[in-house]
Amino acid sequence: MQAAASYINIADLKSSGNALAAPADLPATGGGCGTHGGEGKASCGSSGGPDDMPQEIWDKVKNHPCYSEEAHHHYARMHVAVAPACNIQCNYCNRKYDCSNESRPGVVSQKLTPEQAVKKVLAVASEIPQMTVLGIAGPGDSLASPKKTFETFRMLQEQAPDIKLCLSTNGLALPDLVDEICKYNIDHVTITINMVDPEIGAKIYPWIFWDHKRVTGVEAARILHEQQMKGLEMLTARGVLTKINSVLIPGVNDEHMIEVNKAVKARGAFLHNIMPLISEPEHGTYFGLNGQRGPSAQELKAVQDACMGGANLMRHCRQCRADAVGLLGEDRSEEFTLDKIEEMEVVYDLDRRRSYQDKVETERQAQHAAKVEALASQGELEVDDSIKVLVAVATKGGGRVNEHFGHVTEFQVFEVSAAEALFVGHRRVDQYCQGGFGEDEQLPSVVRAINDCHAVLVAKIGACPRDELKGAGIEPVDAYVDEFIEKAALSWFADYRKRIASGEIEHQARGDASIRQGAYTAAA
Amino acid sequence: MSLKIIAELCTGCSACEPECPNEAISELKNYFIIDPDKCTECEGDYDTPQCLAVCPVDECILPLVTA
Repeated sequence: MQAAASYINIADLKSSGNALAAPADLPATGGGCGTHGGEGKASCGSSGGPDDMPQEIWDKVKNHPCYSEEAHHHYARMHVAVAPACNIQCNYCNRKYDCSNESRPGVVSQKLTPEQAVKKVLAVASEIPQMTVLGIAGPGDSLASPKKTFETFRMLQEQAPDIKLCLSTNGLALPDLVDEICKYNIDHVTITINMVDPEIGAKIYPWIFWDHKRVTGVEAARILHEQQMKGLEMLTARGVLTKINSVLIPGVNDEHMIEVNKAVKARGAFLHNIMPLISEPEHGTYFGLNGQRGPSAQELKAVQDACMGGANLMRHCRQCRADAVGLLGEDRSEEFTLDKIEEMEVVYDLDRRRSYQDKVETERQAQHAAKVEALASQGELEVDDSIKVLVAVATKGGGRVNEHFGHVTEFQVFEVSAAEALFVGHRRVDQYCQGGFGEDEQLPSVVRAINDCHAVLVAKIGACPRDELKGAGIEPVDAYVDEFIEKAALSWFADYRKRIASGEIEHQARGDASIRQGAYTAAA
Repeated sequence: MSLKIIAELCTGCSACEPECPNEAISELKNYFIIDPDKCTECEGDYDTPQCLAVCPVDECILPLVTA
C-alpha cells in the first residue's frame, strides 16, 4: 500500500520486549485494527484495504466501528441493555446507576427484555442503515445473564441477519460459554482485563461470585485472571476476534499495563484498548469515594505509547454507554426509547440497508483515495530533528479540518513529527459556542482539555477564544480549512519548524491536559 | 426463616433471581422481591444464601423479621 509506505512505523523503532509465554498451539491472529500498526503492519485504520491482514479478518473488521479506526467515522453501532446482572464487583463500578465506565452517574438506562431489545434493534436498523454492529455490554456482564444475552442474539440472527453481533464480558464465565458464542457466529468479543497479577487484581476487584460462593481478595483475582486467560485462548483458537479493554488506574495498574499488553498479545488478542479510569466522588464508586483519581491525558498516552509494538492499540474508544446508539462519539439513544419505538413504523429492509451501506463504502473509499493523493503530493520533508508535538483538530467528519472552534464537542488529537501525523486520541469538551454566543466560562475547560497541544486546527475561530488560546500557548490555526487532517497537520508543522529555524519562535514543551470525566452525550 | 430485599436499595439488576434454588425471587416493577413462603435461606442447598452472595449492594438483603 502506497500510503502505508510513506509512514514511519513507530513500532519498528521501539523494541517490544519479550511476550509472556503463550501456549504453543495457539494460532496467531492477524494484526489489530488500531490506529497504529504493530510489528511492521500498517494500520487498517489508515489503510483502505486488507493489505496487512488476511482477507477474512479484514472482512470482519472493515465496517466494525470499534475494531477499525477508519470505519468508526462511517459506520454506527448500538448496545442493548438486556444483561443487567453481574458476577463480580469492580471498584470503579457502582451498580446503583449503570456501570461507571459506560454511563454518566444518575442516568439510568432502560433495562430491556430480549423481545424489546430486538424491536429496538430493528427500529434503529431501519432509521440508521449504516448501523452495522449490535453489542451486548451490560450494564452488568453479558455472560452473567447468558439466557437473556443469547436469546437476544438468537432472535436477531433470524430477523436481522446482516447485523454483526458482539459482546463484552469480564471473562469469569467465558470459558463455559465459548461454544455458545460460536454457535451464534459472534466473531467479536471484548474482555475487560485490568491485570495479570492477582495481587494487583485484589486492589481492583473486592469479590467475585464463583461456584455458589462469594470469593474475596487475591484468591478472587486469581480465579478471575485464570478464567480470563483461558477464555481468551479458547476464543483465539476458534478464530473469534478479541478486543481487550483495560481501565488505567494510576498507582494501581499503570506500570503493570505493559505486562497485560504482552500477556494478551501472546494469547492472540486482536486489539488492546487502554482506557482512562473515570472516577469522581459523585459517581459513588469505591475508587471515586476514596480519592482514587483517573489518569491525565499525558499519563494515558505515556502508557499507550509504552505498549506500542505489543498488541495493537485502539485509541478511538469513547467509553460509551451500555445503551448507546449511533456513531462512536455521538449518542442517539434518546431517539429510541421504548415509548418512541412503539410509535415508529419499523420496516427492516435488507436491500435498502445494503444499498445505503454501498454508498457509505463508496464515500469512504473516495475519502481514503483523496487522502492518499493529498499526502503523496505533500512532498518530502527534510528530517533533521526529532521534535514531536500534538495538535488538536476541529472536524465534523470526512477526515478534514472543517469545524468551527466554538462548535466542537470533541477534538481529535494528532501527534505530528516531520515524517508523519498520527491519530493518538480524542478529547471531549463542553461546547464553547452556545446559541451563537461564546461561553467564556467554558473556555478554560476547553484549554485544559488540549493544554498539551501546540496548535489547534480549526475552520474558523472568534477573536476572544483566539486570544485566550494564544495566551495559554496554543496556536490557533485557520489556514488549512477543508484540508485533510494529516496534510494540514504536516503543513502546519513544516511551517512551525521554519519559524523555529528562522528564530521567529522558540520551541517549548507543553504541559499536561485533563480528561473530561463522564461519558459524552450529544449536545442538544 | 426468610430473607427480604430492601426495595429502595435494590438496583433491579436481576443477579439474584436465577441463583435462588427455590425460585422464591421475582421481579416487581423495577425491583425484586422474595417470597417468604419459599425462601429457606438456602439451608440444605448451599453454605450461604445465594442472593446475599451475589447482590452488588451492601445490606440490600436482610433477614425478614416477623412480629
